[in-house]
Amino acid sequence: MTDLMTTVDWSRWQFALTAIYHWLFVPLTLGLSVMVAVMESVYVRTRSAAWLATTKFWMRLFGINFAIGVATGLILEFEFGTNWSNYSWFVGDIFGAPLAIEGILAFFMESTFIAVMFFGWKRVSPGFHLAATWLTALGASISALWILVANAWMQYPVGMEFDPAQMRNVMTDFWSLFSGVAVNKFFHAVLSGWALAGVFVIGVSAWFLLRGSNREFAFRSIKVGGWMGLAGLLLTMYTGDGSAVEVAKCQPMKLAAMEGLYDGSHGQSLVALAALNPDKRFDNQEDPYLFEMSLPKGLSILANHDASSFVPGINDLVNGISFTPEGDTIRTVAYAERIERGRRAHEALRQYDRAMVARDTAAMEEAETLLRADYPYFGYGYFDSVEEAIPPVPVTFYSFRVMVMLGGYFLLFFFVALVLVYRFPRALDSNKATQWIAMLSVPLMWVCSEAGWMVAEVGRQPWTVQDLLPTRAAVSFLEPGAVMATFWMFAGVFTVLLVAEVSIMMRQISKARTEDLDRGTGVLSSSDTH
Amino acid sequence: MTTLECLQTYWWLIVSVLGGLLVFLLFVQGGQSMLLNSGSTRNTDLIVDAVGRKWELTFTTLVTFGGAAFAAFPLFYSTSFGGAYWLWMIILFSFVLQAVSYEYRRKPGNVLGTRTYDVFLFINGCVGCILLGVAVGMFFFGGDFTVTRSNLLDNSAPVISVWGPTHGLEAICSWRNLVLGVAVLFLARTLASLYLINYTRDAEDFTLAMRRTLFINAGLFLVFFLTFLAVLLTAHGLRADADGTLTIEPYLYLHNFLQNWWLAVLLLVGVVLVLWGIFGTVFSKTWRGGIWPAGIGTVLTVVALLLCAAVRGTAFLPSLSSPGSSLTLANASSTQFTLTVMAWVSVLVPFVIAYIWYVWRSLDRPERATI
Repeated sequence: MTDLMTTVDWSRWQFALTAIYHWLFVPLTLGLSVMVAVMESVYVRTRSAAWLATTKFWMRLFGINFAIGVATGLILEFEFGTNWSNYSWFVGDIFGAPLAIEGILAFFMESTFIAVMFFGWKRVSPGFHLAATWLTALGASISALWILVANAWMQYPVGMEFDPAQMRNVMTDFWSLFSGVAVNKFFHAVLSGWALAGVFVIGVSAWFLLRGSNREFAFRSIKVGGWMGLAGLLLTMYTGDGSAVEVAKCQPMKLAAMEGLYDGSHGQSLVALAALNPDKRFDNQEDPYLFEMSLPKGLSILANHDASSFVPGINDLVNGISFTPEGDTIRTVAYAERIERGRRAHEALRQYDRAMVARDTAAMEEAETLLRADYPYFGYGYFDSVEEAIPPVPVTFYSFRVMVMLGGYFLLFFFVALVLVYRFPRALDSNKATQWIAMLSVPLMWVCSEAGWMVAEVGRQPWTVQDLLPTRAAVSFLEPGAVMATFWMFAGVFTVLLVAEVSIMMRQISKARTEDLDRGTGVLSSSDTH
Repeated sequence: MTTLECLQTYWWLIVSVLGGLLVFLLFVQGGQSMLLNSGSTRNTDLIVDAVGRKWELTFTTLVTFGGAAFAAFPLFYSTSFGGAYWLWMIILFSFVLQAVSYEYRRKPGNVLGTRTYDVFLFINGCVGCILLGVAVGMFFFGGDFTVTRSNLLDNSAPVISVWGPTHGLEAICSWRNLVLGVAVLFLARTLASLYLINYTRDAEDFTLAMRRTLFINAGLFLVFFLTFLAVLLTAHGLRADADGTLTIEPYLYLHNFLQNWWLAVLLLVGVVLVLWGIFGTVFSKTWRGGIWPAGIGTVLTVVALLLCAAVRGTAFLPSLSSPGSSLTLANASSTQFTLTVMAWVSVLVPFVIAYIWYVWRSLDRPERATI
């Protein structure tokens, strides 16, 4: 058991490492690809050398970022097999399909047309080149669609049933994969990429203003980045609201962890700022917070769009008590009972297996009936205690606050950037403090973006597939040392490559200071080579 | 044949075609394996310029191969990837190195220097080819694993696929797998030579050197490939009978070819096309088109071999330690529903191939003077 848990922990660390590194690059790819396509569209319509120079500059940065995103993405896909092999069998019939479709529909589109983007300037017509740029952006978003559909399904498994003969889940309805959880998750993640790219473009443009070079180029870029970033952020907030409602319905324990909420109430307030009490557990009477500032009824509005509705806390869920919006008490299945029913489901499956070996059809039917009754709690059968079914509260709680607060900051950021660039361009051009703020905001946007994923992925622990398969039962049969070795191998390589990527980007930006991006001379003749 | 069996065969065919395309596209890796002894910086740049525009296709084909295997044969994905851990991790590690190297190698500020990225490409070129060959070798020569579905209910170790303690290192050390791995490496170098001869213009000394390289690599490829073929056709294999019981059959792969004449013809046509591409280029001083018959031949040969690994109930991943755990199309596949859904999606594959072909041709055109 100790070895198993150590393997599980190292596998989680390895997957988290890969996912965190991957998500450093993917949102910039998602957002920058669309921005570059917009810029090139303007160039094709106006034939302005300045817009071509602008397009090519941002395309250069896009290419540097794209390569390392591809590298980390490869590992992620195969880690489902290498490190989570039990998971791959248990739900592979459902989860594998979106990944295969992603490969066929999206990866080939991206990898084919990105070659035209970089090597086709003088080989294909401007119209074809523009189409290739848009298709690359589209391919990136379609790729995100399928992987996010797969991710959403893990958090809200629908469209399948358990086949006891094969001891795995099988797909019964493909279209139900596009649930409300999936739709919100897709738009929330992809559009946050637009916001991230917007901050990146504005921050880099601010550097040019600070250095007093390529002023017109910087203003052009800030306008595109500002509008796309603002649109992306507003839509991210809208879909974030939709996601909160879905989480309240499908993963109430995650929502309770996001709030550090142990005892829910009607008209539940939303914690704006707080420090969690480290001594607080679900089974003691400690105060959950050392201090807190809350918005009255905020969580009820966020979760249910109803200021007086009841939002359950961790204790309510564990004890199986909830309330209707009208205040009526309803009983849900308490966690201790879920564990008991999960064990009964395991036992029924054992009975089914024995009956199948004995070819006793009547006994198989009897065992299957018992199994179906308790299958919704199958995953709980792996737990020894209720505590194991509660996600890590502090990481989820603080990550959520970091994401929301920085999201609010960036809304202000885009408004200010757009007002300055249109109404007070001289102030933007000359005020060094503003330029520094814009530049220093760039890393904060990555913090915001990664925090969002931490809420989503840490908050759904201990499940790989909600209620059906906990992380500990999803892992491969490996010695901890093997996973530890590959963890450090990838940690080292990804870190070195990240340093190289940032260094190359900075050199490319710095080099562009001497180029004439305002009018585009000098960029037109350059040819892109490896 | 039931609908489910048709779909299982169809998806094995898709996986086989992806495998065939992947081996053809390994000419990129073949080119990379020549970087460190290319003779001059100019030659290195010529190689990188040629194969560097195609690396994404190889990479994407590998990813799609993985995705298709996951979706169509999840038990294979779960057993092979989770079991032969070190084999797959080293393969993936080498492809991570490749993915960044083309973009970073000449960029100012790349921290590690151009030479390091060229070494990365070289490592991917050699290690990637050999180990992918080893992985394919396991389709015939097996792995050290057991599959026990009821393990799912063992709370202390709920993993259904359990591999031996060496986790794929034993597969790398198997001489039969290595023969195929080395054959794949020299095939990749052969195809790379043919592609570089086809792609490169205005560098006669380079193409002449490539023709010499082709001669050596093709010779070594033929030695290793024919050895592999001889080993394969005399090897025992595991085959499921009508009720799914797996038994050992001597000369199984030979029987598979003899009892499926079309498979033998496919293999023969593939090999003849590869030889045509090689010898046509070796014996001609002007012909540059050898990559096309050799490329098509490679795809056909690999498809024939992979189909041979699974037809007639043959276990396409035989277990050396527990023959009853061996994976066949019947016991490792997804359900009819999932295979049907994906079959509809696969209708788009010809469209994908068409636009890849169109873009490939467009990018091989000479540059215009202006944008």
